[in-house]
Amino acid sequence: MSIPLSIPLWLPAAAAFIGLFLPAAASRGLLVLGTGLTFAWSVWTIADFDRAAAGLQNVTDELWIAELGIHYKLGIDGLNLFLIALAAFLFFVCAFWAARTDRERPQLFAFFFALAESGVLGALMAQDLALFVLFFDLMLIPFLFIGGMWGPESTRVAAMLKLFIYTLVGSLLMLAAAIATGVLVSQQSGADLSFALSDLGRTVLPEGSQQWIFLCFAAAFLVKMPAFPLHGWMPDGYRNLPLPALAVFSAVLSKVAAYGFLRVSVGLFPDASAHFQELMIVLAIVSILYGSVMAFTVTNMRLVLGYSSVAQLGFIVLGIFALNADGAQGAILQSVNHGLVVAPAFVVIAYLAARAGGSEDLRDMGGMAFRAPVLATLFLIVALATLAMPGSSNFVGEFLILLGAFDTSVLAAVIASIGVVLASVYGLRLYIRSMHNRVGPQADSREISVGEGLVLVPLVAAILFFAVYPQLALSRGEVAITKSVQAAAALAQPDATAQAK
Amino acid sequence: MPSIELQLSAISAPHIDWAGFSPAIALIGGSLLVLVVGLMRSRAVREQLVPFLALVAFAAAIGLGVWQWNEAKELFVAEGSQAALRFDDLTLMILFIVAVGGIAAVLLSWRAHAPRETAHGEYFALMLASASGMVLLAAAQNLVSLFLALELLSIPLYVLCAAEMRRARSLESGLKYLIIGSVGSATLLYGLALIYGASGDTDFRGIAEAVASGMARDALLLTGLALAVIGLAFKASVAPFHQWTPDVYEGAPTPVTTFMAVATKAAAFGVLLRLLDVALIDAHRDWAPALATLAAVTIVVGNVGALGQSSLKRLMAWSSVAQAGYLLAGVVVASRVGVQATVFYLAVYLLMNLAAFAVIVARERETDLGDDIAAVTGLGAERPALAWPMTVAMLALAGLPGTAGFIGKFHLIDAAADGGYTWLGVVIVIGSMISLAYYLRVVAAMWMTGEKPAPAPAAGATPRLAGADPAAERRHPEVALVAVLAGAATVFFGILPSPLLDLAVDAGRALGLM
Repeated sequence: MSIPLSIPLWLPAAAAFIGLFLPAAASRGLLVLGTGLTFAWSVWTIADFDRAAAGLQNVTDELWIAELGIHYKLGIDGLNLFLIALAAFLFFVCAFWAARTDRERPQLFAFFFALAESGVLGALMAQDLALFVLFFDLMLIPFLFIGGMWGPESTRVAAMLKLFIYTLVGSLLMLAAAIATGVLVSQQSGADLSFALSDLGRTVLPEGSQQWIFLCFAAAFLVKMPAFPLHGWMPDGYRNLPLPALAVFSAVLSKVAAYGFLRVSVGLFPDASAHFQELMIVLAIVSILYGSVMAFTVTNMRLVLGYSSVAQLGFIVLGIFALNADGAQGAILQSVNHGLVVAPAFVVIAYLAARAGGSEDLRDMGGMAFRAPVLATLFLIVALATLAMPGSSNFVGEFLILLGAFDTSVLAAVIASIGVVLASVYGLRLYIRSMHNRVGPQADSREISVGEGLVLVPLVAAILFFAVYPQLALSRGEVAITKSVQAAAALAQPDATAQAK
Repeated sequence: MPSIELQLSAISAPHIDWAGFSPAIALIGGSLLVLVVGLMRSRAVREQLVPFLALVAFAAAIGLGVWQWNEAKELFVAEGSQAALRFDDLTLMILFIVAVGGIAAVLLSWRAHAPRETAHGEYFALMLASASGMVLLAAAQNLVSLFLALELLSIPLYVLCAAEMRRARSLESGLKYLIIGSVGSATLLYGLALIYGASGDTDFRGIAEAVASGMARDALLLTGLALAVIGLAFKASVAPFHQWTPDVYEGAPTPVTTFMAVATKAAAFGVLLRLLDVALIDAHRDWAPALATLAAVTIVVGNVGALGQSSLKRLMAWSSVAQAGYLLAGVVVASRVGVQATVFYLAVYLLMNLAAFAVIVARERETDLGDDIAAVTGLGAERPALAWPMTVAMLALAGLPGTAGFIGKFHLIDAAADGGYTWLGVVIVIGSMISLAYYLRVVAAMWMTGEKPAPAPAAGATPRLAGADPAAERRHPEVALVAVLAGAATVFFGILPSPLLDLAVDAGRALGLM
């Protein structure tokens, strides 16, 4: 027996919508309940997942708009299973975290927060290109309001408009490209217009069409990640989003973009993916180096994480465009890892800022570990996972990505390896400058309270769990992930694939 | 005397299907009735009964339209010639859009200044007359009925724009619209004359036959076609014939602006579809690239023009220019999908604009800031019932998902790509990107700006009467109702577009295109 996907998908938004009409406490409760039930469902789905099956599982397929060939088609396979679980888990923990913080109009905050979860889950579950585009845009709208209504008053409007317009410019190009894909496929195959990925996948478009369509999709995904040089919105956006929202924004939304590359770009446009492989690898490497160097330079802790995300997502893009099974598997695993690492890091920032007079600047920190050994330990685990310490799941992810990259281009892999070294530089700098060193001017070292621990400990526990048992994600994803890059891999490395066979 | 008998039979009155014509009769009859009732002395009759009767007339037109759905009747068929009007599903769809727009405009006018200054009877009679002109325009089957309907549409609107006689801006708006509209009409008339001269027929079908039999590249016909399109482009505010739009929209009483924005546009596009996609369909190869260029220019000009506006009405005017460009994409491709997309988007455009304009009307009455963007600042905290519809309208106009605007734009891009105009689809998308900058500014003002600027009476604001009512009394529930219903419908059709799409599909079939 399986629950239709629509229920966990819409549950958070529906619960929070009811909460709009209730007192603040009740709306918080409903937010945590809605996200919690969805998370529980995701755990159960992982346990229930049939790892041998090749196709989609638990499919919901309705013809939504017959005239336009848009299906309301949702499904789960090895490619999105763990990203869905990641999103459900992080939204749940961050909802709990957000519920513990006082702010104006909490009902509205809860509604936007939950709507964002539904948007993200929808984008991950969607098996129809038009539906994917719809959810991809929809998940961004709540963040516009969250940042614009609860961010720092002086800068929030400009920053959020910048973030929103920047990211939507990419998404709208993707909309045009998606419609063109559907129309061109239907004209070429003579079948009725349909945007279902399974229908689109049957017809391979001519290479010329594939190329411009691929570039439009790539623009949308690279902006959302963000990757160099499309990261212009990132510093302002990161400074202005409230931390619980920023944690999910950074941890989950960027992964939807990475997922989009695997599901849509590489899956539907294999010729173009092979054609633009070098371009994407170069962008990935530049992102890794640029992000790492910037993360090492800036002092705002949010931006340290922001630039480190640029670098980490560079790794993920590198893995995807290695266009082989190892790289793709590493990319998915690293997506989950990065989400699990960056979210607790934002929690730590919030806790440290509360102990440093509200400042989020590294120069105001220092000596925080003095009276807070538990907090320091938890943070250390997060920091070590960030720099991909052997033994952490991030190590496995980066290892797989580099393995895949070596098969494709030795030079790219060697340069990317520098990024691994740089990661330890900025990761350790973040930890040492905040927790050790001279005590900051307003720093007030305090141990974390039980309430604070309730948020941070589950996140750290998830990191530890995956460090011990990364196969959980790898084994379930293997079949689907390998399949998603198969066509492109055959085009990119005809010899290697032939040998493997 | 056989010869006289022969002549008599030759000029025998055309056959009229009264049932088919009934929706238009409701509007025309309503107009006359309202005018007469408006002469009564009782103030209650003038201020309450007259607008109510106008509502009934619009509602009756909708009801009769539903009755006549799928009948596709040819009206005013004289012997030996073709029908003058055709009440098919396309006409009826335009009728629905016009009538819904009319109902909203009546509700917004209920307690407005304009009808009090012009006298209620005249005001609502003019509105109904203009609405009937719009419906007839969409139904026109030959060049003569086209032109007559266009004038029936336009002349009452010129008067309505100047309805607030004591406000200079309103008079300016009426005069400007009159002059520009007359230039447009003259251009159109000249173009129609050339088309007639080239094809030798005023009937659309006769023209189509002439064009099909080798007229398509005739210089006279193409010149006539170009002039006719320019004339209609004035009405639909297609760039570069849009310059009147911001001034007229800003100066006219806001309920009139509302009506003009949604209904005129629907009628203008209805007739563009008939003229280009039926009568001149075989010249498609020649006019399509030109019209596509016009669409692209309109999209860019409208969106860029809206960027710096601080008056909401001017902003909506520029946005309506941009939206006209999107709509043209559906006309350009001359396919069934194109017609379908255009009609669907017209309906969606109606809902989005009604929500936005209702909020503007409400804020004009509740604040002293007129239609300045400051009037909606902090609306999210102050009046969520108005802020939500406005937010939905802005997001929908920008084409964001979860709203009918997304489906509408999706459909238009789909039609463009399907007709081989993918680049126009990309232009639509680029236009949407630019438009985010000004639509989101309104959203940001409502939700994200904490402090309200000190109220300073804007230049365009209506001067308040002495001893004016306090703010609470100026919260008019019928205005908020229009906003909430239109906003809710925009979201509803964004999630379940099928009912509206089914209507659009029927309307799309009416032209008999592939």
